[in-house]
Amino acid sequence: MPANDTELAGNVDDAGRMLDVVAKSHPQDSARLHVTGAATYIDDIREPAGTLHLACGHAPVARGELRGVDLAAVRAAPCVVAVLTAADVPGQNMIAQAFADEPLLAEGRVLFHGQPVFAVVAETREAARRAARLATFDVVQETPILTIDDALAAGTRVLPDYDFVHGDATSALSTAPRTLSSQLMIGGQEHFYLEGMIGMAIPGEGGTMTVYSSTQDPTEVQHITARILGVPEASVMVETRRLGGGFGGKESQACQWAALAALAARATGRPCKMRLDRDDDFAATGKRHDFRADWQVGFDDAGRLLAYDVALNARCGCSVDLSVGVVDRAMFHAGNCYYLPDATIRSRRLKTDTVSNTAFRGFGGPQGILAIERVLDAVAHATGRDPLDVRKDNLFSPGRDVTPYGMKVDDTSVLRDIVDELEATSNYRARRADITAFNAENGILRRGIALAPLQFGISFTLAHMNQAGALVNVYQDGSVLLNHGGTEMGQGLFVKVAQVVAEEFGIPLEAVRPTATSTAMVPNASPTAASAGSDLNGMAARVAAAKIKARMVPVASAHWDVAPESIAFARGRVSSGNKSMTFGELASLARKSQVSLSATGHYKTPGITWDRDKRTGKPFYYFAFGAACAEVKIDTLTGEMKVERVDILHDVGSSLNPAIDIGQIEGGFVQGMGWLTTEELVFDAKGRLATHAPSTYKIPVASDVPADFRVALTNRPNSADTIYRSKGVGEPPLVLATSVFSAITDALHSLRPGAQVPLHAPATPERILMAAESLRS
Amino acid sequence: MSQSDDPVDDDGERHGAGPALTRRSALQVGAVLTTAPLTGQAVAAPRTYPLMARPAAPGQTMKLGATINGRQFEAEIDARTSLLDLLRERFGLTGAKKGCDHGQCGACTVHIDGRRVASCLTLAAKVDGRRVTTIEGLSDGKRLHPMQQAFIDHDALQCGYCTPGQIMAAVACVQEGHAGSRDQIREYMSGNICRCGAYVGIVAAIEEAAGKMGRRA
Ligand code: FES
Ligand code: FES
Repeated sequence: MPANDTELAGNVDDAGRMLDVVAKSHPQDSARLHVTGAATYIDDIREPAGTLHLACGHAPVARGELRGVDLAAVRAAPCVVAVLTAADVPGQNMIAQAFADEPLLAEGRVLFHGQPVFAVVAETREAARRAARLATFDVVQETPILTIDDALAAGTRVLPDYDFVHGDATSALSTAPRTLSSQLMIGGQEHFYLEGMIGMAIPGEGGTMTVYSSTQDPTEVQHITARILGVPEASVMVETRRLGGGFGGKESQACQWAALAALAARATGRPCKMRLDRDDDFAATGKRHDFRADWQVGFDDAGRLLAYDVALNARCGCSVDLSVGVVDRAMFHAGNCYYLPDATIRSRRLKTDTVSNTAFRGFGGPQGILAIERVLDAVAHATGRDPLDVRKDNLFSPGRDVTPYGMKVDDTSVLRDIVDELEATSNYRARRADITAFNAENGILRRGIALAPLQFGISFTLAHMNQAGALVNVYQDGSVLLNHGGTEMGQGLFVKVAQVVAEEFGIPLEAVRPTATSTAMVPNASPTAASAGSDLNGMAARVAAAKIKARMVPVASAHWDVAPESIAFARGRVSSGNKSMTFGELASLARKSQVSLSATGHYKTPGITWDRDKRTGKPFYYFAFGAACAEVKIDTLTGEMKVERVDILHDVGSSLNPAIDIGQIEGGFVQGMGWLTTEELVFDAKGRLATHAPSTYKIPVASDVPADFRVALTNRPNSADTIYRSKGVGEPPLVLATSVFSAITDALHSLRPGAQVPLHAPATPERILMAAESLRS
Repeated sequence: MSQSDDPVDDDGERHGAGPALTRRSALQVGAVLTTAPLTGQAVAAPRTYPLMARPAAPGQTMKLGATINGRQFEAEIDARTSLLDLLRERFGLTGAKKGCDHGQCGACTVHIDGRRVASCLTLAAKVDGRRVTTIEGLSDGKRLHPMQQAFIDHDALQCGYCTPGQIMAAVACVQEGHAGSRDQIREYMSGNICRCGAYVGIVAAIEEAAGKMGRRA
C-alpha cells in the first residue's frame, strides 16, 4: 500500500510497540523561525565590534607558473587592514584531505582560473573586493588542459585508473548475438546552495579560534583550520547551526573559506568573516563531475544484457578532493539495478586545469546510472521492444543478483514490486499507446514517456566513515538537549533525530531541543553525506538516550519499590501500574539521587567490509529503491521541452517522517531534472567559467516543476536493522530524474524508430534540437 | 621592560644582577610553557590593528526617512547602499537574505508600499518617504500571517534560505491577483529560486493562503 498521506497510521517498532513520535509527519524544528525570518545563518549572526571582511584575489589564468604578485596597490587601498599570501600561513598551506595537492592560497603554480592567490582583509567587504582587483600578477601562462578530451589526449590523471572486472566482458561481447557502442557526454552541475560559502572566525585567548562555518563537515573544517594555523585541533572549535543548502558542495570545500577567515583572524587579532560573492563562489568552488561514458553492450534479440564494458571518464579538475569516492560510486552504480553477467567497469580520473570537482548529491552515482539507462534505451530501440519491458527483463532477480563488484542483492523483490506497482498506478501502458498514436501523426510536437527504476547503495564506501556520535542531556525539568555530529541543511535531519530521542524517552517532540553541530560537543564526526545522516546520527542519539533511560529506570523502581521491567515511558510520563509521574519529576528525582543525566552515544554501521584494493567485500549496508515515470513533450523545431507529468514511487523503508521524506523526493527530483535539462556549465577556451550567475546558469523555478507531480512512499520496513527500519533519502531521488532524460530520448526516437538517439546531457533545447535535426537528416 | 625602569618587582624585592625572574616574567614564561606543549610553538601575540572608521565618502551620504515595518526611522546613509544592506547591516533585519546580490534569485524580496522588490537591486535612497515591509514585519508578532502558517503546514521549506523571500513574494503575488490558479502561481513565483526544490509545497501553501487572505480582507 503506498502512503502518500502524511500520516502512516499503525507503525510499530521491532518489538511491536506503537510509535508515538516517529513515523509521523512533523514540520522541521526551525520551521517557525524560517517563516518569520528569525532563523540565523552565519551571515545573520550579529558581527562583533571590529569584524573585518575578506575578499580573495583570484588567479587570472588557468595554468601557469606564478612568479609573484605585486600587492603594493592592494595594501595601499582604503580601509585595507592586511593582505595575506601563502607566506603568511603559520601552519601548512594545504587544504587537501589526503593527497596534499591543493593549497589554501596559490603558491608557485596556478591550478585553475579563479584560484585564490591572496586574501585582502578590510574594514568592509566592498573595500576588500575593490582592493583585491588592484593586484598585478606575474604569471607565465601555459596552455591549459580543460576538457575531458584534452585530458585523455594528454594522459593527465589525478589518480591511477581503477577497474572492476566481473567475468569476461571482452569475450562475451565478441560472442553476443548483437552489440552496440557509443559515447554519452554527461554534464556537471553547480550546487548553487542559495546561501553561498561563508565562514566567520573569532580569535580567542591562548591561540584558540572559534569558527562558524556553513559546512557539512565541521570536523574537517576543524582539522584543516588547525593545520593552517599550526595549532592542535583542540584549539579550534567549529560550530554550524544550519546551512542554506549544501548538496555536497559544502562537504570538503567549505574548509577553505573558514580557514581563510581563521588565518585573517589570527593575523589581525580581530573577528573576520569570509563570504563569497556569488560569482566568486561559482568560479572558485568545485561542481558535480562531468563525465564521458564510452560504452559497449552485448545483448540478445530479446534485449537481455549479456556483457557491458564501460569507461567512465571523469573530469576531476586540478586536485583529488573527493574524486576517489565520487568516481568509485559512479562505478558501483554503473549497472544500476540490472544484472550484467559479464562486465568491465573502468574509470579514469582526469586531471584538468579547472576547479576541483567535488561531492554533489548522488556522489557520482547519478552519472554511472545515467550511462546504463542510456544503454537500456539504446538496446530497446535496437530490438524494437518497449524500453520498460527491456528494463524489467534485466532487473536483478533471484539467481541473477550479483553486482559487478561482487555484492549480492538480497531484496530484489522490493524493486520489482515498485516497478510493477508504478507501471499500474501511472497507467503506463495506456499512455504509451496514446503517445505512440500521437507521434504517428508526424507532427512537430513529440511526446515521450519513460519509467526508470533505481537502486542506490547506502553507506560511505570508505568504511571507517560509517560512524556517528551524539550527546544527550536531560535537565531536571525534563527538557532534553540533543546534539550530534550531523548538520542540518534542509534535509530535516534535526527533526528526525529529535523524533528518535523523544520516542525513546516517551516525551513530546517539543521537549527535545536540537542544538548547533559543534566539534566541542561531539568530536571526530563524519560529514553529513551519503544519505546516511539519519541512519548514523539517529542511531547514535538513540544509544545516548537509552543509556540515560537505563539510569533513570532504577530511580523510579526504587522510588516506587516496583520491578524495573514494569516501568514504562510514554506521553511525557513514567509509570508503573497505577503509579505515575512526569518525565521531569523523574529527572529531578534522578538528580537528587546523584544519577548522571548526560550521555554520549556512538554508532558504527555493521558489516561494511569493502576492500578497495582487493575489490572485495560489501560496500553498502543496504539499498534504497525507487522508480519514476516521466512524460515529456518536445517541440522538434525549437528544441523546447516540457515535463508534463511525473509519478514516483520511492522506498524510504518505514519512514521516520513522511512529510520530510516526500519533500526530499520532490526536491531531489527537481534538482536532478535541472542537472539533466537546463543546467549547463560552459568554460571558455581560457578555462574561465562563462556561466557564473543565475542569469546564464538556469536552475529550475516553480514553473519548471511538472504540473502533474505524484509522489508516494512504499513504507515497507528496511530489511536491514536501521533506525526504526527507515532508509536514507537524501540522494537517491535525484537519480530518478533519469526518467526525464529517457522520456526526451523516447520522444526523439519517434523521429526515426530504430536509430540510436544522439542526445547528450544536459538535454538543453539546443541539444534537443541538434538531436532532432540529426535524426531527421 | 628593562630592569632599570622597574627596579622593584611586584613582590617589592630587589634582585641582583643577571636575568631577573620577576613575577611578571615568570607568568610570561609560564604562558609560553603552558602553551608550547599544546601548540608546538609559542603563540605570537598578533600585531594589533586599530579599529578604523568606515570609509567616509564625502558628498555620498544622504538623510533617509522611511517607515520600516510600521516604525518611522531617520538615518544618515551612504547613498550607494542597497536596501538589502541597509536592512541587514544598519537595522539588523536579517530575514531578507543575500542569495545572489544581482536581482536573480528573489531571496532578498521585501515590500515597498506593498509591492515586491528585490532589495539587493534597490538603492536604499529610493525608499525615502516610503513604507518598507520585511518578513519580520509581516505578522503582528503574536499570530503568524496566513502565508507563514501555510508554509509550515505545507512543508514549503527545506533549508529555509529562500523562505523569507518566497513568503514576501507570495503575499504580493496574492495581493496582485496573480494567485488565481496553480499555473498562475507557478508563473508569477518564478522569480524566486528554491534550490532545495520545495516548489510543490510552496505552490500549495500559496494556494491555501490565498483563500484565507481573501477571506480576511
Ligand atoms: S539577492 Fe536579491 S535577488 Fe538574489
Ligand atoms: S528551501 Fe532551500 S532554497 Fe528554498
